[in-house]
Amino acid sequence: MKKLLVLGAGTAGTMVVNKLRHRLDADDWQITIVDQDPTHYYQPGFLFIPFGMYARHDVVKPKRDFIPPGVDMIQADIEEIEADKNRVKIDGDRWLQYDFLVIATGTHLAPDETPGLEALGDEGPDNIHTFYTLDGAMKLEKYLRTFQGGKLVMNITEMPFKCPVAPLEFIFLADWWLQEKGLRDDTELTFVTPLPGAFTKPVASKALGGMLEEKKIDLVPDFNIEMVDWDAGKIVAYSEDEVDYDLLVSIPLNMGADVVGRAGLGDELNHVPVDKHTFLSGKHENVFALGDAAALPTSKAGSVAHFAVELWTENFLRYIDGLEMLEHFDGHANCYIESGHGKGLLIDFNYDTEPLPGKYPLPGIGPFSLLEETEMNHWGKLMFRWMYWNILLKGKEMPVPALMSMAGKWSVG
Amino acid sequence: MATEVIGGVEVHVDDEGFMTDPSEWTEELAPALAKEIGIDDLTDAHWKVIRFLRDDFAQEGQTATLRRVSTMANVPTKELYQLFPKKPAKKMSYISGLQKPVGCV
Repeated sequence: MKKLLVLGAGTAGTMVVNKLRHRLDADDWQITIVDQDPTHYYQPGFLFIPFGMYARHDVVKPKRDFIPPGVDMIQADIEEIEADKNRVKIDGDRWLQYDFLVIATGTHLAPDETPGLEALGDEGPDNIHTFYTLDGAMKLEKYLRTFQGGKLVMNITEMPFKCPVAPLEFIFLADWWLQEKGLRDDTELTFVTPLPGAFTKPVASKALGGMLEEKKIDLVPDFNIEMVDWDAGKIVAYSEDEVDYDLLVSIPLNMGADVVGRAGLGDELNHVPVDKHTFLSGKHENVFALGDAAALPTSKAGSVAHFAVELWTENFLRYIDGLEMLEHFDGHANCYIESGHGKGLLIDFNYDTEPLPGKYPLPGIGPFSLLEETEMNHWGKLMFRWMYWNILLKGKEMPVPALMSMAGKWSVG
Repeated sequence: MATEVIGGVEVHVDDEGFMTDPSEWTEELAPALAKEIGIDDLTDAHWKVIRFLRDDFAQEGQTATLRRVSTMANVPTKELYQLFPKKPAKKMSYISGLQKPVGCV
């Protein structure tokens, strides 16, 4: 009996077991998935919570509902990974032996790495927030209910972080929400980022930067935060630049699981370096990392995990039969960007092709406009939650290709 | 591709002046590159960072980020800003003959 062990039952891990259970003979393969948290979070939905558009029940479901029969699910802390001995220790002093290991432990917030951001816990002032956790998003919703205007600063601490479009979406939605509440004239909105512009890639950065300008949102680029000064109400950069805030909304440093770092499998942020096409660890020939846990030069996002898992599954089935893996995965990412006023944008890109304008063909539903604000894209984003819970996590076929296509895209000279 | 003469040696550079062929770089070039961006004197502290970047690049095939230098070479980010003022990520890679670190998406 061969053993496949999957660490983490988030988006990537859940898709892996769903894709593989019916492809691997149950007489030959035992599949086990371990996660310490019984709840599956629909993380893209956190964005809508501060503005009262989604509530808690919209974004949580039991993880067990998405694990297929024939897969052993263990709820336990993952304490040690001994890759040299092909085993993992979980709480209760239990060791799980494996033939193949998939690390899908994601990435999490590490606010303690930035002095002053520990206020995101229970200590410190109440005007420092994040919407990157469910609790954080709910606290921010409560805070905004009595918000009277002032300086609202959206700050990204450091690259990489998951769902790289979310901070832009937040500031766009804040602009719209403040108008609805009659508070926009009393609020200065500032977007403070370590990147040289609004987004990472030039064409999208220019388009999104233009939207910030249209919406009268200030952009402060190249800002590498060193600390938050609670008393002065400002964030301070290593370069000694400063930005004042009345309400700070932060994306803290994102780090992979501590256990990955302890096992010596991670990089400086505990993300697992893997081959960018096959997801195989460079150190161990039976260890893969998928989803946000992997250190890859593409977005940390559910769409990437989805495309990656689809291609990885086929490759894994080749690999266990002794065949060479195909170098297929292209870093494909596909993200809706909510822009307020019931509109949104869509971007579609990969390792080599930056987000371009044009049309995104989708049989039966689309096309969606790329890099352009439309109501259709907003509905696409809302519809996606249903698709996530009912199609994507369960490993069923999605109507989108795993590899990026140039169909409909315009090249920008 | 454009070339530029740095410290008497012709090297390939991109639009922003970053060297594009890491194998064209030698330690002798570093002081001349540093002068180009206003760093007149390379101290041991600078060299610790430059050598780490070169070694790390040889292993990883990409330029280390500030976070990676601070974690793996034990040079705090604050110090990197003192050594390579204002834009340490760009300046340290420029002097080391490497492309600036990729801002991941």
